Amino acid sequence: MKILVSVKRVIDYNVKVRVKADHTAVDLTNVKMSMNPFCEIAVEEAIRLKEKGVASEVVVVSVGSKSCQETLRTAMALGADRAIQVETEDGLDSLSVAKLIAKVAQDEAADLVIMGKQAIDSDNNQTGQMVAALLDYPQATFASEVVIENGEAQTSHEIKVTREIDGGLQTLAITLPAVVTTDLRLNEPRFASLPNIMKAKKKPLDVKTPADLGVEVGSKVSIVSVTPPPQRAGGIKVGSVAELVDKLKNEAKVVS
Amino acid sequence: MSVLIIAEHDNKSLKPATLNTVTAATQIDADVHVLVVGFECQTVVEQASQVAGVTKVLVADNAAYEHQLAENVSKLVVEVASDYEHILAPATTTGKNTLPRVAALLNVAQLSDVIKVEAADTFVRPIYAGNAIAKVKTTDAVKVLTIRTTGFDAAASSGGNAERQVLSQVITSDRSRFVKEQLAESDRPELTAASVIISGGRGMGNGENFKLLEGVADKLGAAIGASRAAVDAGFVPNDLQVGQTGKTVAPDLYIAVGISGAIQHLAGMKDSKVIVAINKDEDAPIFQVADYGLVADLFDAVPELEKSL
Repeated sequence: MKILVSVKRVIDYNVKVRVKADHTAVDLTNVKMSMNPFCEIAVEEAIRLKEKGVASEVVVVSVGSKSCQETLRTAMALGADRAIQVETEDGLDSLSVAKLIAKVAQDEAADLVIMGKQAIDSDNNQTGQMVAALLDYPQATFASEVVIENGEAQTSHEIKVTREIDGGLQTLAITLPAVVTTDLRLNEPRFASLPNIMKAKKKPLDVKTPADLGVEVGSKVSIVSVTPPPQRAGGIKVGSVAELVDKLKNEAKVVS
Repeated sequence: MSVLIIAEHDNKSLKPATLNTVTAATQIDADVHVLVVGFECQTVVEQASQVAGVTKVLVADNAAYEHQLAENVSKLVVEVASDYEHILAPATTTGKNTLPRVAALLNVAQLSDVIKVEAADTFVRPIYAGNAIAKVKTTDAVKVLTIRTTGFDAAASSGGNAERQVLSQVITSDRSRFVKEQLAESDRPELTAASVIISGGRGMGNGENFKLLEGVADKLGAAIGASRAAVDAGFVPNDLQVGQTGKTVAPDLYIAVGISGAIQHLAGMKDSKVIVAINKDEDAPIFQVADYGLVADLFDAVPELEKSL
C-alpha cells in the first residue's frame, strides 16, 4: 500500500499571533514556522503503518513556496520516503490545494491519503474532505484510530476508522482508496533524530508546478480585512468563594 | 434566492445547532429551506417545519441516509443545489464532515465557522484560533458556509409552518459503511447548548477529581467541559474538549477550574458572557479573560463553592 500524506507549513502553535497594522493579514515576518500539528500526526500514522508492514511507501506532499521544502525535509526525517513540493504562492485557498493534492494522489496511485483535520492558521477543516470529494473516494475524518487488518493493504481493501464526533465516537469501514483526516488522539508524534535529519537531506524531493499537474488554481474569495479580536474588558480578582458567589448572584446575576 | 440549511439531527430530534443556523440564514435571505436527510426521521421533519423563519422543509427519508454519511449526503445536496445561492450547515462534526464535499463537488469555496453575516456575499470568520478575525467576500455562484452556532442566537423552535417537499432520490455510498457508535450518555445539558459550563484542566490532577466539578454542575444545571491538556492527559474523553480543536461554547457562565488559559482553550470559550477562573497560579493567562478570578487551591475552593450555592 502506498500512502500519501500532505503537510502544511504554518505559524508555530506557541507563537502569539499579531495582526498587521494595516489590517490586511496576520504578521508572519520573522515568526517561527513549523509543521501543522495535525499534519505531524498524519505523518506519524503513515510511518507507523509502514513500520507494521501495512504500507510499502510513504510519500509526503506540500503545497506552497520554496520554504515548505523545510517542512517536507522534517517529514522525511520522521520517516517518509520521498517528497513532492507543489510550487505555488503561499496561502492558496483550500479548494485549489485540494485539487493539487487530489491530482498528486491520482498520479501516485496512492491507496490511502492521510491529512490533518485542520490547519491551525486558516482553521478551515475542509481540505481532506474536498480531496475525497474530487476523487469520489470515501472519507473518515477526525480519526482517533485506524485499524488495517490482514497484512499489506491494497486498493479495495476495507479499513476501519474510529472518528471523534460531537457526542462521542463513531466507527466507519471504508474501502481503499480513501482519505483519512487526523484528530489529536490518533497518536503521539515522534521527534526526528539527528542521524535521521541528516539522512533526510539525501531523500528525493521533486518540485512540480500546478501547470505540470494540469490544475488551474485561484479563488473567488477575497479578504476584505483581518482585525484583532475584540478584547474582553479586564475583570477583577475576588478574595474568597463567598465573595465570588455574591458577585455571581448580585452583580453578574448569572446564579440565582 | 433561497437559502438551504442541512439540518443537524439524530433521526429522533432536531438539534439546537440548526436553530442558530436558521438565524444566520434569515440574515441572508427571508426564504429559508431546511433539508432533513435521515431515516425514519418524521419527528425531525415536524420539528423543522415549526421553526420560525423556515419556509420549506425538504425531506430525504431512506435507510441509505440513516447515518448521514458524507459521501451520499453531499451528492444529494448537490442534486438540489441549483435552486440555491447559499448552502449552510452548523459547524458541528457532522456539518464539517459533509459540507466541504458539497463545496468541492460544486467547484466553489467553503467559508468555515462563520460568526457574522455582513452581506449576502460578505462574511466574518475567526482564524488563527480566534486570534484574528477575517472579513471575506466571495463571488462564487453558490456560497457554502458552516455556521459557528455561538455567533448567532437560536431561532424560535415554534411559530413556523413550513411546506414540505419529499426528495425521492436514493443515493447509496457503497464504499463507506457505518460500523458502530459509542455516544457518551449524560443527564447533563449538551456542552454546546448549556447556559452554564464548568470545565477542568490539567490542574484537576486526574480523571477521578472531575467528580468535584459534578457537585457544582448539579447545583447549577451545568455541563462539564475540559481543556485540551486534561483530554491529552487522559483525564476525560475528547467529546468534553472546549477549544480550537474541540467545541466552541458561549454560555452565560463559564467556570474554568485548574485551567491555565492556553490560546487554544480561550479560542473555544472567550465569547462566554461571564467567565470565572479558579486557579492557584495568579499569573495564569486565564485571569486576563476572567470577569471574576479566584486565586485559590481548587481542591479547597470547588467543594466550598458547591456548598455555598
